[in-house]
Amino acid sequence: MTGFGDSLQLAMGLILSGDESLWAIVFLSLKVSLTAVAIAGLIGMPFGAFLAVARFPGRGILIVMVNALMGLPPVVVGLSVYLMLSASGPFGVLQLLYTPSAMIIAQVLLVLPIVAALSRQVVEELYGEYREHFLSLGVAGVRTIPTLLWEGRFGLMTALLAGVGRAIAEVGAVMIVGGNINHVTRVMTTTIALETSKGDLGMALALGVVLIVLAISINAAMSFAARSSARYAYA
Amino acid sequence: MRDIGHEFLAQSLSKVIPLRPFLPELIVKGVQYRASDQVQLDIPTLSISGRGISVILGPNGAGKSLMIRLMHGLISPDAGQVTYDDLTVSGKGRARQAMVFQKPVLLRRSVSANLKFALKFGSTPKSELESKTNALLELSGLVGKKNQAARSLSGGEEQCLALACALARSPKMLFLDEPTSSLDPNATHRIEAILHHASVLGVRIVMVSHSMAQAERLADEVLFIAGGKLRDRAKSQDFFNGPTSVEAHTFLSGRLVP
Repeated sequence: MTGFGDSLQLAMGLILSGDESLWAIVFLSLKVSLTAVAIAGLIGMPFGAFLAVARFPGRGILIVMVNALMGLPPVVVGLSVYLMLSASGPFGVLQLLYTPSAMIIAQVLLVLPIVAALSRQVVEELYGEYREHFLSLGVAGVRTIPTLLWEGRFGLMTALLAGVGRAIAEVGAVMIVGGNINHVTRVMTTTIALETSKGDLGMALALGVVLIVLAISINAAMSFAARSSARYAYA
Repeated sequence: MRDIGHEFLAQSLSKVIPLRPFLPELIVKGVQYRASDQVQLDIPTLSISGRGISVILGPNGAGKSLMIRLMHGLISPDAGQVTYDDLTVSGKGRARQAMVFQKPVLLRRSVSANLKFALKFGSTPKSELESKTNALLELSGLVGKKNQAARSLSGGEEQCLALACALARSPKMLFLDEPTSSLDPNATHRIEAILHHASVLGVRIVMVSHSMAQAERLADEVLFIAGGKLRDRAKSQDFFNGPTSVEAHTFLSGRLVP
């Protein structure tokens, strides 16, 4: 067992030398998580806005459920998607199990409640401000959604950010549905878990460093962009 | 009313608001509005028609804001109905009306994007979008700030923009809820001048005000509300010379003897 110092030295070596397998893993991680967040955003933001402005029986229960689903355990999501996609499952014919597509599906399910719940909060607040004004213009209910989504663009950015954070750092779901296959479905988190148990702490730590730097810088960049443009628009 | 350039204002306004020979009638019939089992507003009958500026006066909590929100169909009465041009205001009648709120409601976009948004909702043809936007920028005195974020404007500029947005839809009736309550004299002056010219062109104006001086300057008629009831309705001059109702009399003398 090597010490922390030696491992860190090894890790920095891997990162700085541009180790091919390392960067392939990083790239796949980003591809899977960002695609998942993009899909979750396309569904979750309009859905959250719908929950904010529409009035129908059961709305309150639905909101509570969406909020509660924010805390979905990734392994359980992974297991459910596994059962759906496995050869004997309803979607077995698609043969998606152990592919990046399966990982994207699992992460969409994980991120969707977060994006939807946060979008609802953002849009509901705006709706309170604009409801009578829109009514005066002759627009009410569901038809206000496109305008409200645009007015809430800075707040929604934060919702997406939360989704990115959740997706990129998650290990349970992608491990189960991806299978951690080398060069195919191996992402940063699953590699860290594997290499640590194998004792290859250099690789694990290298990916850990990249993961942390990525997570922090994606968040920082996006929230900086959101903040400065929000200041510009006085949102 | 010097430095604003009234001719200029009237000219800009006429590009957006057509000269209308006659205007539809607003009819309030048997309207009651209750909240927590108390009757907040009770108007058996009221009709507003033709040109002019009606100012709604009354003490706090009298139901002034409630009244214009009912007349604009933003809330529905518990009994009775409000129609405009024979259409209910909670339905199609509202499309010919517009409203300016006490606190200006602006989108998180630039000044001109706000105007274009309002113009589109007034179903302005694309070919007229630019020219009307420019006319409204001139009207609100914001030509130099058209690319600025609307919500970064000063309070007075924000309200001028909100008023321009309301006029963008070329309404036949315009409601205003204390539009100048927190504005300085210059901004108030501009708003009042715009309202005056809009009314001349053929926009019926109904506004709630707390300022007796403003009512004296602007109003053609005064509607006096107290305790949720219409107590007095008179030509502005007559009202200020001697209101008929006891409530209005007390209210007016309260102004002189604090």
